[in-house]
Amino acid sequence: MNAPVTGLAPQAARTPVVALVGNPNAGKTSLFNALTGSSQKVGNYPGVTVERKAGRLALPDGRSVELIDLPGTYSLNPRSPDEAVTRDAIFGRLPGEAPLDAIVAVVDATNLRNHLRFVLELKALDLPLIVALNMSDLAARDGIVIDVEQLAGQLEVPVVATVAVRKRGLDALAAALTRCIGDTAPPPASPRATDIRALQREARLLTAAVETSTGTARRWSQRIDRVALHPVVGPLLLAAILFFMFQGVFSWAELPKDWLEAGITLLQSRLTAALPEGWLLSLLNDGVLAGVGAVVVFLPQILILFAFIIALEQSGYMTRAAFLMDRLMARVGLNGRAFIPLLSSFACAVPGIMATRTIDSPRDRLTTILIAPLMTCSARLPVYAVVIGAFIPPRDVGPFGLQGLVLFGLYLAGILGALVAAFALRRTVTKGAAPPFLMEMPKYQWPAARDMALGLYGRATAFLKRAGTIILASTIVLWALASWPQPPADAARPGIEYSLAGRIGTALEPLFAPIGFNKEIAIALVPGMAAREVAVSALGTVYALQGVDEDNAGGLIEQLRTAWPLPTALAFLAWFVFAPQCISTLAITRRETASWRWPIFMFSYLFAAAYLAAGLTFHLATALGL
Amino acid sequence: MTHPLTPSPHRAIDSLAVGEVAQICAIDRAGLAPETAQRLCELGFDEGVDIEILHRAPFGGDPIAVRVGNMVVALRRDMARLIEVGA
Repeated sequence: MNAPVTGLAPQAARTPVVALVGNPNAGKTSLFNALTGSSQKVGNYPGVTVERKAGRLALPDGRSVELIDLPGTYSLNPRSPDEAVTRDAIFGRLPGEAPLDAIVAVVDATNLRNHLRFVLELKALDLPLIVALNMSDLAARDGIVIDVEQLAGQLEVPVVATVAVRKRGLDALAAALTRCIGDTAPPPASPRATDIRALQREARLLTAAVETSTGTARRWSQRIDRVALHPVVGPLLLAAILFFMFQGVFSWAELPKDWLEAGITLLQSRLTAALPEGWLLSLLNDGVLAGVGAVVVFLPQILILFAFIIALEQSGYMTRAAFLMDRLMARVGLNGRAFIPLLSSFACAVPGIMATRTIDSPRDRLTTILIAPLMTCSARLPVYAVVIGAFIPPRDVGPFGLQGLVLFGLYLAGILGALVAAFALRRTVTKGAAPPFLMEMPKYQWPAARDMALGLYGRATAFLKRAGTIILASTIVLWALASWPQPPADAARPGIEYSLAGRIGTALEPLFAPIGFNKEIAIALVPGMAAREVAVSALGTVYALQGVDEDNAGGLIEQLRTAWPLPTALAFLAWFVFAPQCISTLAITRRETASWRWPIFMFSYLFAAAYLAAGLTFHLATALGL
Repeated sequence: MTHPLTPSPHRAIDSLAVGEVAQICAIDRAGLAPETAQRLCELGFDEGVDIEILHRAPFGGDPIAVRVGNMVVALRRDMARLIEVGA
């Protein structure tokens, strides 16, 4: 397991590897960002969904090292896949990672005694070690004075005071690294038994010896918490923050979304002018550009959502939201950390599922991923708008409009469906005791602009790479299905019915007939696999209407009124509460669970739920004579 | 059984009032999974450490947020009942 790797590469070309290791909330990522800046690369460790963040750091003597930012952990005994990556990297047995030349242990100067315990655990490994005493400015503000020299003397390792967000102490850290990195890599450390409690006591004694505290630690955080965690004000504040977040996601994203759509339309019309009518033009316009368009029009919304999530995480508020919501989430077998990912899924399940990485229990995380698509995402709104516009009369029920009530009911049905699904999943496929809810609530901090920007860049590129490629590919495949074979010249029916998509839809018709769906719906569901809102334009195509989209659905509304009985329309709405068809969600689930098993399971259970809900609605409505 | 000079020395932190500071005197580690007992220790819960209840969550007062040393930790009350403090 710990076989030496000498001889794999010539020593002269060797780039030493240095890892940043530390407790969560020690400011490790800020320090990494400050040290590596734009040279960092974000990837994935093979086989696990843990990000690998690496960057280059130039040392004062001209050498450079590869700096890796390992996931934060409290000890070398992992509780989550992230923490296991840190342990394996330290012991030099992580696939794809060279053994470490040195460790920089990042500690929070305002929480020395807890973080020193981990330093003592790392020190016992006999790898070259440097302690970065981070957030030393906050410690000074809290009236904590730390004798750095004495700490270094007692620990017998170099200690450098740093302030990552202000780029202080970075040169001293690089200089210390220069002194401790040799020409050859040290032998990898091996695991050993540690008595955490003994180390904890040693850390407390050590802290007492080097630290004098005169002020009140965390005074600001405690003041904010008195409001943020207040039994009445706290939930109201959370609701206000979330309201603001959704306003931002839906209203600020409109303008850039319009620009992107206009840009795509402009490109399409340029192509139409430049190329002859034919399959090439259709491929480029309806396949490639439509596919790219489907990805990028979501980008503004997703970026804004990510910006909010990153700000909530970095400020420390995310754990407060989890604290406030834990009780409610516990009733269905989840914990408070599932709240924000599920809420984000009301905008789009993709960033919601990516945000589940903060849930440390793998079972809770999987359950959250599986129910995320039940939160009514923005892509369902165009479908709801068209069908409600066509079939629900705009009259008032008491002080409320009936159309709005139906829309509200659909949102509510999604939430209830998610609660039932979570409850059922936790007792079946994700059965097992959840690790107890035990969560550090870090002090509040202003999110640093550099950390926000790098975090946002990382997640945006991850979205484009993970979802974008699959969405683009599947849009082209669905375009091909809907375009071939071409209809005969004397076609009496809409062209799509002659295509493969049309034939698949026609073949599926008997499957959908029992729940009240006609052939046109069955056909529209096939290209609608790409994304839920595509069903609107697909219905337009099936009913041979030109240029139907979410902004121009008047003709379609008229058409549907005559073509569908009311029970069918209601069944269609019920279908979309659960609707499994969204390739981006399935793609991101594949990425985040590292297997095809869960996206296939997700699709199947959502399909079954949608089928049951639509069938029940159809037959109930028919029986009631609607 | 009780000595007149040490009346009911142990009670669960769950029963502390918000803002009341006490010292942890016993943790029922046998009532916890080994990993959980370890994580509690890693978060600074240990005999002899000061502890204070800072907040109780809305909707039933569960979970609670406690200050232990310099750290604030949220935990559910069923676990809090296993941590005892001196009077």
